[in-house]
Amino acid sequence: METYAEVGKEGKPSCASVDLQGDSSLQVEISDAVSERDKVKFTVQTKSCLPHFAQTEFSVVRQHEEFIWLHDAYVENEEYAGLIIPPAPPRPDFEASREKLQKLGEGDSSVTREEFAKMKQELEAEYLAIFKKTVAMHEVFLQRLAAHPTLRRDHNFFVFLEYGQDLSVRGKNRKELLGGFLRNIVKSADEALITGMSGLKEVDDFFEHERTFLLEYHTRIRDACLRADRVMRAHKCLADDYIPISAALSSLGTQEVNQLRTSFLKLAELFERLRKLEGRVASDEDLKLSDMLRYYMRDSQAAKDLLYRRLRALADYENANKALDKARTRNREVRPAESHQQLCCQRFERLSDSAKQELMDFKSRRVSSFRKNLIELAELELKHAKASTLILRNTLVALKGEP
Amino acid sequence: MAAEREPPPLGDGKPTDFEDLEDGEDLFTSTVSTLESSPSSPEPASLPAEDISANSNGPKPTEVVLDDDREDLFAEATEEVSLDSPEREPILSSEPSPAVTPVTPTTLIAPRIESKSMSAPVIFDRSREEVQENIEEEANGDIFDIEIGVSDPEKVGDGMNAYMAYRVTTKTSLSMFSKSEFSVKRRFSDFLGLHSKLASKYLHVGYIVPPAPEKSIVGMTKVKVGKEDSSSTEFVEKRRAALERYLQRTVKHPTLLQDPDLRQFLESSELPRAVNTQALSGAGILRMVNKAADAVNKMTIKMNESDAWFEEKQQQFENLDQQLRKLHVSVEALVCHRKELSANTAAFAKSAAMLGNSEDHTALSRALSQLAEVEEKIDQLHQEQAFADFYMFSELLSDYIRLIAAVKGVFDHRMKCWQKWEDAQITLLKKREAEAKMMVANKPDKIQQAKNEIREWEAKVQQGERDFEQISKTIRKEVGRFEKERVKDFKTVIIKYLESLVQTQQQLIKYWEAFLPEAKAIA
Repeated sequence: METYAEVGKEGKPSCASVDLQGDSSLQVEISDAVSERDKVKFTVQTKSCLPHFAQTEFSVVRQHEEFIWLHDAYVENEEYAGLIIPPAPPRPDFEASREKLQKLGEGDSSVTREEFAKMKQELEAEYLAIFKKTVAMHEVFLQRLAAHPTLRRDHNFFVFLEYGQDLSVRGKNRKELLGGFLRNIVKSADEALITGMSGLKEVDDFFEHERTFLLEYHTRIRDACLRADRVMRAHKCLADDYIPISAALSSLGTQEVNQLRTSFLKLAELFERLRKLEGRVASDEDLKLSDMLRYYMRDSQAAKDLLYRRLRALADYENANKALDKARTRNREVRPAESHQQLCCQRFERLSDSAKQELMDFKSRRVSSFRKNLIELAELELKHAKASTLILRNTLVALKGEP
Repeated sequence: MAAEREPPPLGDGKPTDFEDLEDGEDLFTSTVSTLESSPSSPEPASLPAEDISANSNGPKPTEVVLDDDREDLFAEATEEVSLDSPEREPILSSEPSPAVTPVTPTTLIAPRIESKSMSAPVIFDRSREEVQENIEEEANGDIFDIEIGVSDPEKVGDGMNAYMAYRVTTKTSLSMFSKSEFSVKRRFSDFLGLHSKLASKYLHVGYIVPPAPEKSIVGMTKVKVGKEDSSSTEFVEKRRAALERYLQRTVKHPTLLQDPDLRQFLESSELPRAVNTQALSGAGILRMVNKAADAVNKMTIKMNESDAWFEEKQQQFENLDQQLRKLHVSVEALVCHRKELSANTAAFAKSAAMLGNSEDHTALSRALSQLAEVEEKIDQLHQEQAFADFYMFSELLSDYIRLIAAVKGVFDHRMKCWQKWEDAQITLLKKREAEAKMMVANKPDKIQQAKNEIREWEAKVQQGERDFEQISKTIRKEVGRFEKERVKDFKTVIIKYLESLVQTQQQLIKYWEAFLPEAKAIA
């Protein structure tokens, strides 16, 4: 289906509301986005006074795969092993929405014209909402990178922001898939590490606590996210139900000749307005709750990845120790074994230090984000409930006041 | 209707032959919530079965016609009047009114002094001959003092012979009942039996008898088998509520209220078991056969409808039926989705609680637990709202869909009545021809027989005409009453339903207002 949707900056919801107190020396945003048949094109705009860049303000067009390339580049870079790499934005997925719009188009003759128009409107709004969300997630990814003192200085990042041509990363797809597959195997080995099954002894209480915490937390937040999604969808379904009800009441009202006429017509109007409110409740729950949970599910996975890397470094360190002992016993190749052990030790300590900082940042980020979103959620729920009460009361007054 | 009133000459049939009987009863039935018993009211129970002819001037296009012509007809202030004042003729729609006979048994209802009286120039003319005082109808029908409750479903017996017994409680100040408060135990088939009796007595003369709740083999089997799960309790509750509404509607009908079978149902402790209501009984099969025959007949009866009112009304009810069905389907979807929402909310509440437990930041952990509690309460709210959706909105619609089917049935009976009258006229004609032949052939004994038969059939034609006029008149009143009830019913339920929605929203406000400071307390 050919939809060309463009989103200006104002339309973006702050879904994950990541707290970014970076300085303003590097500001990145997605100023525009276009949805074409099967891909989305993001316009990434950078404002910076950093000496590295040729201009102070410039923009490029990027697609989703290029974001993934950037993310993977960070993950594979040893330098950043001790950092939480911001989770990659999910693939833009309009499949479900497109299907629904298509089904609607195929037509159901029992539906009146107004009903059809409303349903179409709803689906288009849904499509637009998904679009806005995907833009926001891509933006947040870049903004976190830009805010991180280490990550922002990455060469690939500069290339991503500045290089005018496309980064021809699409050819990598098959390789990427293979790479992803291998990565998963490695990951299961990491799981064994992190769950303590490999017998590796954790030396630091802080990390021990973090390990157990993150394992459980990640599972539970994933669960909560899935269920929040279901709630949101049920709510949306409910709102949609009001459409045929309102239409039926309307036609009942027009054919009645007695006082029921006004009652039915008022009721039809009421349901139409309630529908809009219910729809807003659903979308607010989506943004403030579901999306937030989803973001921190991914972020907590990134934190887990960090722990894996640290533990691997610890394993390497231990192995190096063993090798050194062996070398010393045999009194052969002690020097290289020593330097190797030194390296491993340094690496491990470096990772541990930065990981500690990163994990504490993760916590504070998480807490403030939850706080913001939960407050906003409650306030919005209140707002909608009060609005609903008002229109319900008004209708009641009108109905009761009639002879 | 004028055309129908022109059968072949009835010999000396003159309007005055149609003696007017008391028809006070009819007037009583026309008011929605009257307490019966004006002093001159004839014996209530037997009346409907008699042939009552209002007056000789054929089916009076009664006030019902008049009122229908205007909007805002059945404002609560309306009362139904049976008048045959010639003054009303210009207002009346269809036919010219023939000469009024001196004997007018119709009564007048005193004009109600009400603030909400109709603006239409309906003439509540007191100056007409008042034969009887009728009972005035209260604006809100509060004079109608009988309350029925169906409660305490109790399983009796075991296995496939088990059944549910319901307590039927009546509270009333009506004098026809021996006590003011009493209750009996009844089972579902008793209700069906009651309806069957009432239907057989009143439907064919044009009274809209409220239909009984539907049978459900699946539902009942689960209950019998003893499944104590939520779906069978829901089924029992649904049935209980439906039975209550059924009885409430039935007693609201002033004619049915007089019926001895109804009284027996409400009062007597023992009731003969109604076996004929079983689906697979002989009577049940007979019913099915009759229904099929009826359907065929309906298609073949071509009635000369000379009164547009009936055609109009039938069309209106047909439209209403379609609309209500459509609405009903949508409301059922709403109920279903709200239940889903409730279940999903409950699941989310649990996972939010788990997340709160995992969270190691104390304040956030507490807030998440609070969120879980809020969501649990909201789940309850959704469940309650789903009940309201169903019991108020959805069941109202399905009740009226079945009621309209009863209304359609009544119109069909009128057609059958007309058919009978037609047939009698045709037969009379044949008998007259036969007589003429006999006259020519000069067979004295056959002539006598022919004359007897002619007299017999003349009477039948007269009866047929009377019946037809009566049923037409009754239907007019019934439809008027029905519409009034319907308006009241819908308005009441709509208001109740909206209030339930308001209640839900207010609870939501309460819960979220309690949660907000918890969220703000996260530090």
